[in-house]
Amino acid sequence: MDRRDWFVIGTGLLIGVLAAVLVKLGNPGNMGFCIACFIRDIAGALGLHRAAIVQYIRPEIPGLVLGAFIAALVGREFRSKGGSGSIIRFFLGIFMMIGALVFLGCPLRMLLRLGGGDLNAILGLAGFIVGIIAGVELLKRGFNLGRAQTGSVAGALVMPLIAVVLILLAIYKPVFNADAGGPIFASAEGPGSLYAPLAISLAAGLIVGFLAQRARLCLSGGIRDFALTKDTYLLKGYGAILIGVLIANLILGYFNLGFADQPVAHTDGIWNFLGMALVGLAAILAGGCPLRQLVMSGQGDTDAGMTVLGMLVGAALAHNFMLASSPAGPTLYGKIVVILGLIICAGIGWYCREA
Amino acid sequence: MKKLVDARGLSCPLPVLKTKEAIDKGEQEIEVLVDNNTALENVTRLAQSKGFKVTTSKSTDGDWQILINREK
Repeated sequence: MDRRDWFVIGTGLLIGVLAAVLVKLGNPGNMGFCIACFIRDIAGALGLHRAAIVQYIRPEIPGLVLGAFIAALVGREFRSKGGSGSIIRFFLGIFMMIGALVFLGCPLRMLLRLGGGDLNAILGLAGFIVGIIAGVELLKRGFNLGRAQTGSVAGALVMPLIAVVLILLAIYKPVFNADAGGPIFASAEGPGSLYAPLAISLAAGLIVGFLAQRARLCLSGGIRDFALTKDTYLLKGYGAILIGVLIANLILGYFNLGFADQPVAHTDGIWNFLGMALVGLAAILAGGCPLRQLVMSGQGDTDAGMTVLGMLVGAALAHNFMLASSPAGPTLYGKIVVILGLIICAGIGWYCREA
Repeated sequence: MKKLVDARGLSCPLPVLKTKEAIDKGEQEIEVLVDNNTALENVTRLAQSKGFKVTTSKSTDGDWQILINREK
C-alpha cells in the first residue's frame, strides 16, 4: 500500500459517507449520488422526457464536471482530446443509460444500494461483473475505437460550459413555456421532488469530481483491471465506497437488509442482472463507467463528452419509450431493448477491432 | 532491440493492455508513449509489478515517454 492507494481509499470512503449524508439532507433513498438517475432527472427538467416524477436539475452532475475541470487545471492535465469513434461512444452512452435505468442505478448507486442493505443490487453486481468480463474478452481480441487526436480548447470547454449553464438554470429555475409548466420542469412528487439543498448538492459534486479526477476513480475499471492484470488499485476505491456508505447508513439508521421494499428499486433479479450486464459491457467499450465519463468530459476529453450526451439522450429515450423500470418492475420494452443493447454492444466490440 | 509501444490517444485500458502484451512476449526493453497521466500511472504500476525498472520523461507537447527495462 503506497500513498496513491490510501488516496483512492480515502476518496472512496468520503464518497460513501457523503452519499448517505445527502440522503439525510433530502436526496432519495440509497441515491445520495447516482450518475444515471441524476442525468435522467436533468433530462426531465429540460423537458427531454415528460415523466413527471423524475424532473430536477441535480446540481451534483454539473458539480462533478466542474470539480474534475478544476482538478485537471490544477494538475495541468486539462487537454482537448477527441475523435476516437465519437458517434459509437454516443450510442454506448445511450445503452449505458438504458441498462442503468432498467436496473435503477449506475454502478455507483449499485454500491450505495448494497451498502443500504438492498440485496437486489447483488444481482446487479453479478451482471455488471459478467458484462465487464465480456468486454475484457473483446479488448483482448483487439477491440479499439481508434486514436484520439489533440483538438481545440473550445471543444474541450463545451462540457464545463454546459455545466455552468445547468447550475444557472438550477439556481434561477426560469419557466420558458408557462402553459406547459416548463421547462424548467420540477417534480411535485416522486424521486425528483426529493433533494438536498442546492448549495450542498453542488458542493458535494465539486468535491467528488475533484477527488475522483485525482484518484482516476472508475467503477468499471476496478473489476476490469483486476481481470486484466490483477491490479487492485481501483478495486480499493470500490471497496472503500461500499464500506463508507455502509457505516454511514448504519449510523444514520438507513440500513435495511432484504430484497423487498427497497427505495427506488425492483425485485426482478433477471433484469437487475441483465441491465447491469449491459452497463458493464458498454462501460468497458467506452473506456469508463458513467462517473468516469463525467470526470473525463470535464478534463477536456470530448469523446467522453459525447458519451455523457449519449447518456442524456438515452435517459430521454428510456422514459419516452417506456424502457425504464419502476419499483413495480421492468417493462416489456425495457427488456427488449436491453437484449438488443447487449447484441449491438457485442457487435460493436466484435467489428471495431484492429486489423 | 528496444520495442516501441505507441499508446498515444488510446482509451483505457489499451495502453496497459499493449504494454502487457509486449512484456508477455518477453521483451526486455520497452518504450511506451502515452498522452495522459492516467495511462502514465497505469503503465508504470504494471511495469513495476512485473519487476521492471521504470524511467519517465515528459516531452514538450505534454506526452510522456516511459522506458521500461528488465532489472538484472
